[in-house]
Parts: sequence; C-alpha cells; structure tokens
Amino acid sequence: MVPTSYYLILSAVLFGLGVVAFVFKRNVITIFMSIELMLNAVNLAFVAFSQARHQSDGQVFVLFVIVVAAAEAAVGLGIIILTARNRQSLNVERVDLLKL
Amino acid sequence: MISSLLAFLAAHAVVVIAIIKIALLLFIVLTVNAYLTWFERKVVAHMQSRWGPHRVGPHGLLQPLADGAKFLLKEDPTPAGVDKFTYFLAPLMALALALTSIAIIPFGPDPLPWTIWGQKVYLGIADLNIGILALFAITALSVYGVALAGWSSNSKYPLLGGLRSSAQMVSYELALTMSVVGVLLLAGSFNLRDIIGAQAQHPERGIFGWNVWPQILGFFCFFVAAVAETNRVPFDLPEAESELVAGFHTEYASFKFAMFFIAEYTSMITVSCLCTIMFFGGWLSPFPASWTFTHYLPSVILIPFGLWVIWDGIRYETIFGRIILPGVGTAITAIGAVLVAFPAVNEFVQGPFWLLSKIFVFLFVYVWMRGTLPRFRYDQLMSFGWKLLLPVSIANVVITAFAMLAKSMWGAK
Amino acid sequence: MGCEVTPQLAIFFVLAALAVIGALNLIIQRHPIHSALSLIVVMIALAGLYLLMGSEFVAAVQIIVYGGAIMVLFVFVIMLLNAGVEERTNISKLAGVAGIPLAVALMGFLAAAIARSNESAQAGLQTGALANTKEISTMLFKDFVYPFELTSFLILVAILGAIVLAQREKS
Repeated sequence: MVPTSYYLILSAVLFGLGVVAFVFKRNVITIFMSIELMLNAVNLAFVAFSQARHQSDGQVFVLFVIVVAAAEAAVGLGIIILTARNRQSLNVERVDLLKL
Repeated sequence: MISSLLAFLAAHAVVVIAIIKIALLLFIVLTVNAYLTWFERKVVAHMQSRWGPHRVGPHGLLQPLADGAKFLLKEDPTPAGVDKFTYFLAPLMALALALTSIAIIPFGPDPLPWTIWGQKVYLGIADLNIGILALFAITALSVYGVALAGWSSNSKYPLLGGLRSSAQMVSYELALTMSVVGVLLLAGSFNLRDIIGAQAQHPERGIFGWNVWPQILGFFCFFVAAVAETNRVPFDLPEAESELVAGFHTEYASFKFAMFFIAEYTSMITVSCLCTIMFFGGWLSPFPASWTFTHYLPSVILIPFGLWVIWDGIRYETIFGRIILPGVGTAITAIGAVLVAFPAVNEFVQGPFWLLSKIFVFLFVYVWMRGTLPRFRYDQLMSFGWKLLLPVSIANVVITAFAMLAKSMWGAK
Repeated sequence: MGCEVTPQLAIFFVLAALAVIGALNLIIQRHPIHSALSLIVVMIALAGLYLLMGSEFVAAVQIIVYGGAIMVLFVFVIMLLNAGVEERTNISKLAGVAGIPLAVALMGFLAAAIARSNESAQAGLQTGALANTKEISTMLFKDFVYPFELTSFLILVAILGAIVLAQREKS
C-alpha cells in the first residue's frame, strides 16, 4: 500500500507548480490552465484523505469540484474570447489599462 | 535455461497470459479491420449493381493486402509549416484509443476448458467494474485525435473539417451517454458481463428477454449517436469529398492516413460490440434455452457454406482461385464437422458464435446505411443532435426510472 | 524509503513522475497547445492514481469530464483564437537563480513535515464494503442532494452566461 503522505506530497508539488505557472506565464489561456492544475492537485488531496479514512465524502466533494471547474472554464473562456477580440492580444501584460 | 525461463513465466502467469491475449487480439482485430474494408467495398458495389474488387485474388479477397502494401510503400510527405509534434501525435492518439477500447469487451461467457499455468483464461482482456464508463472515457478522449489533426495541418480545409467534426462528436457524446443509462438502470452495474447476465435472467424467453424490447427508444438513440460519433454516413459531412476535400485528414498521406482509417473501422467494430452486448443479449441465443437442437446451428451454417465455397472455387476462372478457394472451403467444412463431432467444443463455441454473428449483423447495417442514405447538412446534424436526440434520451431515462419504480411498488404486492 | 518496492508503489512512482513531468512541461512549453497537451497528460496520470486508490468512478469521471470536455474546450479556444508562441518575458535572472533552490528547500521542509506526521503516515486498508460507485451515489443522492441540485442550477447559469458572452454584437 502506498502511504497517504506520498499522495499529499505529490498534491503539494503539483499545486506549487500550478502557482509557478500562474505567476510566470504571459498567455492568458495558459494562466487559466494553471488554475485547472491547482484544482486537480486539490482533488488528489481530497481523494487521498477519503481513502485514508474509508469515507466517500471526499470523493463526492471531488465530483462537485469537477462540476464547478467545468462551469468556471466555460464562463472564463467566454470572457477570454471577448477580451482577446477587443484587445487583439492574448498577452496579460497588454491588459493593464481600462482604456482599450 | 529453457526450464528456468518457463519457471519465470509460470510465476508471473497473469501478466504473461495478458500479454499473449493482447497480441492475439490485436492481430485478430487488425485482420478483421482489413477484411471489413473488403466487405464494405463489395456490399456497396453490389448495392450499386457493380462488382467491387474482384481482380486481386479470388473474389478480391487479397485486395486488403494490396491496400496495406500501398499504405506502407507510398511516400509520406510532411507539409511545410505544420506543428510537428501534434501532427505526428494526432493519428497515433486516434489509433491507440480505438484499439484500447477493444480490450474491455468480453467475447464469451466461459473460460477456456483447460487452465494455463493454473490460471483460468477468460475470453476478454480486462473485466472492469466500470466497463461502460471506461469505454465512454475512451470515446471522450478520441475527440482530440480529430481536433488536433485538423489544427496541426496548417491548412483551411482540415481546420474547418476538424472543428466541425469534433463539435459533432462532442454533441453526440451526450446523447450517447444518456441513452445507455436506461440499460444501466435495468442491469444495476457498469460491468459488461453483468449487463449480459441481467438479460439472461429468463433463459426460456430467448429473444424476448433482451434489452432492446424495454429499451427500444434507448437503442435507437444509442445507435444513431454512435454512428455520429464514428463519423460515418449519414453523419460524415466533415470528411465528405464534395464538401471539404477530405476533412481533417486531408494533409495526411499513406501510413498516417491508414492509422485514421483503421481507427475509424475499429471504432465501428467497438460500437457494434456495444450494441450487441447492451441491447441484444451479447452471447445469449435468441432461441429459448430448452431448444437444445439449436446448438447445432453453427455447424448447419458452416458446413453448407464450406461446400459452396469448394464448388465455387472449382469453377473459378483463375488458377490461383482454383487452388485457394477449395482450400478455404475445406477448412470451413472441417470446422463445422469438428463442432458436430465434439459436443464439449460445440457448447464452448455457442457463446462466441452468437456474439460474433450479431456483431456481423450490425457491421452489415453500418455498411448498408453507407450504401443507401444521403448525408446530413451540418446545421441539420447539430440541431438533430441537440434538439431531438438529447431530449429523447433523457426522456428514456425518466420513463425507465418510473417504470422500475412502479414495478417495485406494485409488482411486489 | 526503507519499505520494499511493491508493484503498487512502483506504479505510484511512475504515475507521479508522469504528473510532475507534465506539470513542468506546462511551464516550459511556449505554445499554449503544447501546454494544453501536457495538462491532459497530468489529468490522465491523476486518473491513474485515483484508480490505484480504488476510486474507479472518480477516475472515470475525471477522464470523461476534465479530460474529455473541459480540456477540449481549452483546445477549441486556442485553435479559435489562433494563439501563437509566447513572447520572451523580461523576467530577471536573479529570480530564477535564487528562487528555484529556495522553492525546492521549501517543498522539502513541507514534505518532511507531512511525512513525519503520525496521522497521514498510516496506509489505509482496503475494505470492500460497498462498490465504490454505489457508495458515492448513495451519499450523493441522500446526504448531498441539495448541493447536487445546486450544481445543476450552477451549470445552467454557466451555459446561459457562455451563450450571452459568445454572441456576436447586433450591429
């Protein structure tokens, strides 16, 4: 059996890599993907704890997190498409003024 | 040396048997794919009052070999400006996913009569508790093969074809998943063997115990959605020649095109297997279980067919045909005779025989539709999927759930 | 690691390495489509880990919803917006030289702290009380039925929002 701490360390590493991608990347879609990476890392921690305690609450919560991530991705990508159309660029450094 | 190798293999028997089964099944599936293309060309040709392939080998039976040689030997150019990694990944992904889905399908109820290294060998590679869900996962991932192929080709027609095709696949995926829920409610499990087991509850009903009767709506939704998922006629606008040259695989030549081709035919086979398993009883016989004389049906079909092949081969026009066809005919007759002579083998063969016959019928229906129906326009296709198929499949779930509730409340009294 | 390498531990290390390499590739790649493909690899590796832990239903849902729907949406948007290779960033070299060792040290401390805690070091036993899917669905429709209905409402709102956002302007 794999100890739970191994899963938690992996979850922390993935979350940290998601934060690094969020901070250092310029393309707004890649930043959005790093948010999904962070959500996945949290899901892994939930499932690991759910297995350690033999309760299904963690897995039910993972389903809710996936659903919320789907809704967020749909609306967020809609906003990204609109912003890209207005400013003709996907670089977040260009989206720093309220004026177009 | 040899004995220590055998001892090592016997110690890891489970893995070794799985590897042997995978290699065998891959070989069989690829051969069936090849001869499915021959079958399609022959049937569509005869529907159009022409011969189809009949030059390469007797009755065109060596045509798939010629096609395979062409695919391997033709030049494989890579267009300029493509995204190299994605261009190479897309057909690989499509083929790998299509072939993986065959691993989940069970081909027979009983294990082999003898044990290999102490392990019972079931017909089927993986018996997953989430069988149907795993197949849907593979279907969901196969959208990438199409979308990435269209995008990476750096050209207008593939991009449009890829986008249209993947939008179509994603839309019909919903109806596909919902139409199966009725079957899952009746069976109570995702496992494919349990779904067939739920239809085997009343063996004396024969054909009337199958899932297609209570789930007729679900079956039609599933079949139509599956045809749309595999991009076949009448839903093949994204790869129609008069519309978009060849859709998402325009810029792919020889071997990479062959990979898409094999992926499409393999997913046809997977869909036919799923239809038989979920709605038509899988390996169950359509006759009631008490009619044991129907167990001789395989021999009754094989022996006259083998004799007819011999008779046709003797009168064939080329010398090659006059040698090969009687040989093939003799082999078929011999198999039929073996089934009559050994009842134990006959009992073992019953399950796989019925499963393979039903799969063959569904493949024929696929090819029949190709030869007969015109194709949908893209907006008609999308509105059909979202406005008709999805509500009907959801209605099927609701009706099935109510029917089960009513049966449990009033049937128990 | 003083414990013997069981097949499960080996599979865990393979899948964990795949996930970490995918995440690193997401950061390193300059074209968003390659980052998207790396993220799909991470999700499939995580689905494998869920299977290893016995949560087969969550693994299947992860691949179908996350890998087969959400990431398809990302790939579509990247294709639609014709996103190109990222420009060079003017990030200071000092941040990379000093930051990476510090980050690794921080992760090491966290990892050591987690590994030493008593509670999380126990390996859970495998009990097969109810099949995983039945257990989750019983809990979902009995204890969590209110959040379940709320999420369906949330998805409806998101669909409406996406349709409104993606409309062309009426000119």
